[in-house]
Amino acid sequence: MQLSNVIPPRFRPTGHQPSVLTRWHVGNRQIAQIVSLAVVAVVLLPVVYLVTGALSAGQEGINYVLRTRTLLIIANSVALMLASTFCATVIGVPFAWLTGRCDLPWRRIWLVLGLAAMVMPSYLTAVTYSEAFGPKGILQSLLEPFGVDRLPGIKGFVGATLTVTFVTFPYIVLPVRAAILRCDRSLEEAGQSLGLNRRQVFRQVILPQLRPAISAGMLMTALYSLSDFGAVAVMHFNAFTRAIFIQTESYRMDKASVLALLLIVMTLFLLILQARLHQPGRNYRIGTGAARHLETVSLGRWKYPSLFFCFIVIFIGVVIPVLILFKWLFGHTLTNPIQVSMSELMRNTAGVSAVSAIVVTIAAFPLALLAIRASTRFNRTLVNLAYTGNVLPGIVIALALVYFASRNALSLYQTLPLLIIAYAIRYLPYSIGATESAFSQINPRFEEAARSLGLSAWAALAKITLPLASGGILAGLALVFLNVMKELPMTLILRPIGFRTFAVRIWSAYDEAFLSSIALPGLALILVSVCALAIILRREKAVN
Amino acid sequence: MSTYRFKLSGIVLMLIALVIAPGLTSADDALTVYSGRNESLVGPILEQFTEDTGVEIEVLYGGTSAVANQILTEGANSPADVFIAQDGGALGALAAAGLLAELPEETLARVADPAFVSPDGVWAGLSGRARVLVYNPELLAEMGLELPDSILDLTDETWSGLVGWAPTNASFVANVTAMRVLLGDCDTEDWLAGMLANGVQPYPKNTPIVQAVINGEVVVGLVNHYYLFRFLAEDPEITATLHFFPGGDVGSLINIAGAAILATSDQPDAAQQLVNYLLSDTAQDYFAQTTYEYPLVDSVEPSVDLPALGDIEAPEIDLSELDDLQATLEMIEESGALD
Repeated sequence: MQLSNVIPPRFRPTGHQPSVLTRWHVGNRQIAQIVSLAVVAVVLLPVVYLVTGALSAGQEGINYVLRTRTLLIIANSVALMLASTFCATVIGVPFAWLTGRCDLPWRRIWLVLGLAAMVMPSYLTAVTYSEAFGPKGILQSLLEPFGVDRLPGIKGFVGATLTVTFVTFPYIVLPVRAAILRCDRSLEEAGQSLGLNRRQVFRQVILPQLRPAISAGMLMTALYSLSDFGAVAVMHFNAFTRAIFIQTESYRMDKASVLALLLIVMTLFLLILQARLHQPGRNYRIGTGAARHLETVSLGRWKYPSLFFCFIVIFIGVVIPVLILFKWLFGHTLTNPIQVSMSELMRNTAGVSAVSAIVVTIAAFPLALLAIRASTRFNRTLVNLAYTGNVLPGIVIALALVYFASRNALSLYQTLPLLIIAYAIRYLPYSIGATESAFSQINPRFEEAARSLGLSAWAALAKITLPLASGGILAGLALVFLNVMKELPMTLILRPIGFRTFAVRIWSAYDEAFLSSIALPGLALILVSVCALAIILRREKAVN
Repeated sequence: MSTYRFKLSGIVLMLIALVIAPGLTSADDALTVYSGRNESLVGPILEQFTEDTGVEIEVLYGGTSAVANQILTEGANSPADVFIAQDGGALGALAAAGLLAELPEETLARVADPAFVSPDGVWAGLSGRARVLVYNPELLAEMGLELPDSILDLTDETWSGLVGWAPTNASFVANVTAMRVLLGDCDTEDWLAGMLANGVQPYPKNTPIVQAVINGEVVVGLVNHYYLFRFLAEDPEITATLHFFPGGDVGSLINIAGAAILATSDQPDAAQQLVNYLLSDTAQDYFAQTTYEYPLVDSVEPSVDLPALGDIEAPEIDLSELDDLQATLEMIEESGALD
């Protein structure tokens, strides 16, 4: 699974363009097109409702946007985005370099632990951080001997930035490390032979090759920080998602819609900016030449500082949250009078995630097929529209669908199908990306050969292409599964009455300070997520 | 990845889907309860109701204001049969919108004090609760602070950064409404602004505030009286105590948790059965013994060492006057308390 897959083709930094590979019978193409149209119609539903909702606010809506408090929300979101993207890059790039190129001891272990930070749900990390770094938290008790009675606490900007930084830095590490491993050794040698020293080689030869990967990672981090709900809600930082949640909870749909549209515009702006800034890659080799093993960089006297750096990153990103969960599991905390069996939570969480992952994968299939096999202008537009989920944060989809169901589709209101539709809209891009890239790696001649031997188009697809693409599709499935499992705002707002998942249980336990009820679901969620991540990463290894 | 493995994973996922699918369909004939009270407080007694009567219920939990707004938005489409609120004001808001059905005389008569039922007979109080200041006596002594005589004194500089509140909690919202009724909008806005300027610490609900006071994160917190007793029941050693603001201060508001039946309910009989059950001795005893609230029927006594409901120097206010929920929510939002 390449991370860049989840970025829409139009904005993909690798300059990937689907091309016409195999001529398709018109009838088959039409079936795929009709299904795709239906899927895209559902995907666009939230946007339609948000625009309607915002328009119904009228002049009041415009006044609402222009008041100081709303402008403050924009400023908060931008500040959080810039700060967390900067911090994640500052942590992620050295981490990728150390685990990718250097003779750092135990570098695979550091890498795996670093990526484990990626599966931590932001709300869980935030809850544990507010305990660890709170006014009377663990950090304070460590500082007690030095006369520190009380810390100022990290609620607000600091806490939100800290949380988002540590759950997103793996999004920088993954692409940057992959780029580091792809670097061309002979370019470095050429640089050295022209008299550059090591530092100059890094700045003038290696860094330019990493730039697209770094900017892709930064884009992912920035998108995450704009769309994340858990961290800002727990940390009481009034960014867009939290403000929208508060308005949605009070059923003030017009205001919530106005805020949601603003957030979508900001996200779109970010994607366009990134696409503009990015210049198509010229960092590849032209001649034939054999691939050569990369030379490992010796750390020398930097070995211990580097080890310390990795240790601190892992300690804050992974160890502290897990430690706090264990502390709550075994420590003395208020007993929750509502006991929910772990098997019920597990069944609901795994069940709804599995169903959603299957639904999303099936819905993505015709779109990926069109993108690869029938890349006309119309079809490309269709596929790009299906990527709308990328600019719709979960809370925004939830808001739109509550609005939609409570007015126009009462039979869907508070039902599981509506929740699954919400997940599908949000995570369809992940699945299309994975399926499309799996298809694009298959030589169309295989399918053509099968056709020439008498198989129909569908049979060739089922017998030749699908099995070959199955690994990539499965990785996409696992990615959707992983994300649905830890999704919070949509689950919270759209779930049927009485339907509990790990995320819901953790949230309501946090709400009422039943810390022991956070621990077990939290640890279980992390464990299952790590398994899903392992499937995704195995695939990446296979591809590389 | 081999085809075999792919198929296998697919089959496993399908199996998971099949196993859970039956559990996901809900019983259509169940009584639907919208609860603005936490599951940890009313969940056990609602389960007991099903056990005792065989009436299946499904419960939507949320904040009282949020749930009230949800019912207002859903209007005639609302699937709710019964609304349980932690604040008389929210019940009043739904009553004012004409969404509640009238309760029979004998149900209303169960509540001993007529101040705790709706004047139009559309909702009944289930339990009483007092707004209090929970404090950490050790920290208070350490810092040389004295307990304030009024909730209004908490804007004083000496309390800077030491107070906790739950600005989205319905009991807090009701307290602010009471303040608007007794002191006027201007003074209420000033108080909210003063608290924020004083670095008041926000928490999602009451329990985290009590936890924070026990941990020493804040020294005092604005809560309902009963949360502390849940902590004391598990660990009598903890250091936290209640302070009732004296002299009819608005900070000592006595409010109710109550229930009402929606006029649009398709199961009014079962709904009536639930409301009656919640006023029965069994349920009132539960509220007294388990959640440490004030029972509202004559036949049940409060369990813990609390001042009698009549002895609290509460402000003179009619609970049905607290129904201007929307304006209070707007004011709290405009004050920046939610930012």
